[in-house]
Amino acid sequence: MGEVLTATRAARDAVRRLRAARGGPVMFVQSAGCCAGSVPMCFDEGEFPVGSNDLLLGEIEGCPFYIDAALHKAWGGMSLVLDVAPGHAEGFSLSAGDGLRFVTTGGKS
Amino acid sequence: MKFVAPGRKDSIVAVESRYDNFIGGKWLTPTEGKYKLNLSPATAQPICEVADSTPADIELALDAAHAAKDAWGQTSHANRAKVLNAVADAIEANAEMLAVTESWENGKPVRETLAADIPLAAEHFRYFASAIRAEEGSITEIDSDLTAYHFREPLGVVGQIIPFNFPLLMAAWKLAPALAAGNCSVLKPASPTPWSILKLAEVIGDALPPGVLNIVTGPGGAIGKALAANPRIAKVAFTGETVTGRLIMTYAAQNLIPVTLELGGKSPNIFFEDVAAKDDSFLDKAVEGLVLYAFNKGEVCTCPSRALIQESIYDEFIARALARIEQIKQGNPLDTETMIGPQVSAQQRDKIESYVDVGRAEGAEVLVGGHRVNPGGEFSDGYYYAPTILKGHNRMRVFQEEIFGPVLAVTTFKDEDDALTIANDTLYGLGAGVWTRDGNRAFRMGRAIKAGRVWTNCYHQYPAGAAFGGYKISGIGRENHKMMLDHYTQTKNLLVSRSEKPLGLF
Repeated sequence: MGEVLTATRAARDAVRRLRAARGGPVMFVQSAGCCAGSVPMCFDEGEFPVGSNDLLLGEIEGCPFYIDAALHKAWGGMSLVLDVAPGHAEGFSLSAGDGLRFVTTGGKS
Repeated sequence: MKFVAPGRKDSIVAVESRYDNFIGGKWLTPTEGKYKLNLSPATAQPICEVADSTPADIELALDAAHAAKDAWGQTSHANRAKVLNAVADAIEANAEMLAVTESWENGKPVRETLAADIPLAAEHFRYFASAIRAEEGSITEIDSDLTAYHFREPLGVVGQIIPFNFPLLMAAWKLAPALAAGNCSVLKPASPTPWSILKLAEVIGDALPPGVLNIVTGPGGAIGKALAANPRIAKVAFTGETVTGRLIMTYAAQNLIPVTLELGGKSPNIFFEDVAAKDDSFLDKAVEGLVLYAFNKGEVCTCPSRALIQESIYDEFIARALARIEQIKQGNPLDTETMIGPQVSAQQRDKIESYVDVGRAEGAEVLVGGHRVNPGGEFSDGYYYAPTILKGHNRMRVFQEEIFGPVLAVTTFKDEDDALTIANDTLYGLGAGVWTRDGNRAFRMGRAIKAGRVWTNCYHQYPAGAAFGGYKISGIGRENHKMMLDHYTQTKNLLVSRSEKPLGLF
């Protein structure tokens, strides 16, 4: 099994720009469920209270990426790739920059 | 028939170039004066602009709601019921206009909005008008000198954040009980679908006292937290995904207020072999019951997105279903012949596409669909995706995560125990369907499935009066039933003594 979390170059660039714009690290939390489910939500670090059942999948440009452990298991321990795509941020998430949003795609498990 | 698109000559829907927030019974320009384009997913062309609000606008809405809350909370049940019935009358009087508006903004076919979304929304206000009219407190005679009176009192001002999949119906589900119970609401529509709710406000605004209903449009990141974390709300209700649900609970914890959450599902739809025992109308109904995964292009929290078919009838049953799916007409959502419209947004369509790729990579077999659709003409740029079936097994990610599109994951089971195991092997527990001619089995399965709603020999019916809500991570609280009045009130106990004697302790 390879790394459980990787990021595309465009995503790394976006995270670096976002860090600079927000004046500090951000955090990612993988969402699930209805409507905007399956989207990685991005917040200023500390905005989302991480619980003991959340798994730190890895860090992108010094910004942590969490997933609920039960969700990670239900998804078969699939590795994830953080990327950006055109569109608006959903839920209460920060956007990835002008006209961009963060997405996760499935890597190899 | 085909309805003319909103804003065009002879359309029954008038479109302004831009829409403001609805606050305190008035249309208020957003504080920072910014607007955002609002597209139709059928054409990817703009419909209008809507307010791109900021936290200052949420504060204005809360000011208006707080100014209205005492008078509305003290309005008699009879008069609140009268107002709710007037809202229902206004919706019914404008049913076609609202149906076309909703279809054009969300993409759902007008045959659905005419038959379901709009009539159900009106019905919902009538149901809660009746429920509040008949609501009673209680009295307990503790002893001959001591009586406990119980009154239900409103919470005050509530925050409500609604999803894009049934903008008007979900607004009705949240507003009707809150208003019936005597609360004022600040409502945030979903970012992709703000406009139909503003059209609803045009229709029902005059029926409500100013400030009872306030609508603020804009992105969740900018105004969602400003509402959900605001110390001036007494409760928050949200429908959406799990991370925002958790965040909203966190904000509620910080303010010590209650929440209700509806967070989606991955609902099993179970077909036992006896459904195929006869080639009759019931079998036909069951086949349609499977195809209902394409209802509202699959953008339904309770989408029956996992079909479990008993292996002895699998070949025959899936063949019938595939034949039915071939008949699905996809295209202009304003054509009453259309059965499936575009997904709500390009990003929603892209997400569905990427899930189908995940399914393929996991080894799922694509039985039908699996691609975008171009209906041609002015709909060439619309966000259409073909009704799709993926055959696989329940450990695949496409069986475990809500895709929120017209994508069915299908598998087989051996017997009742096997069906139950697969059905419950999910993080979610919102809906389920059981199809069988054996009443005892239907009852056993219905009780054993861990989901808030088990449709038995039917699916996707949403009558007011049938409680709706999630087990497991699908949510907290219920909607669509008079028990909602408990979610939107607090109990006042007056403990009244008629004894003239001191206690004698001091």
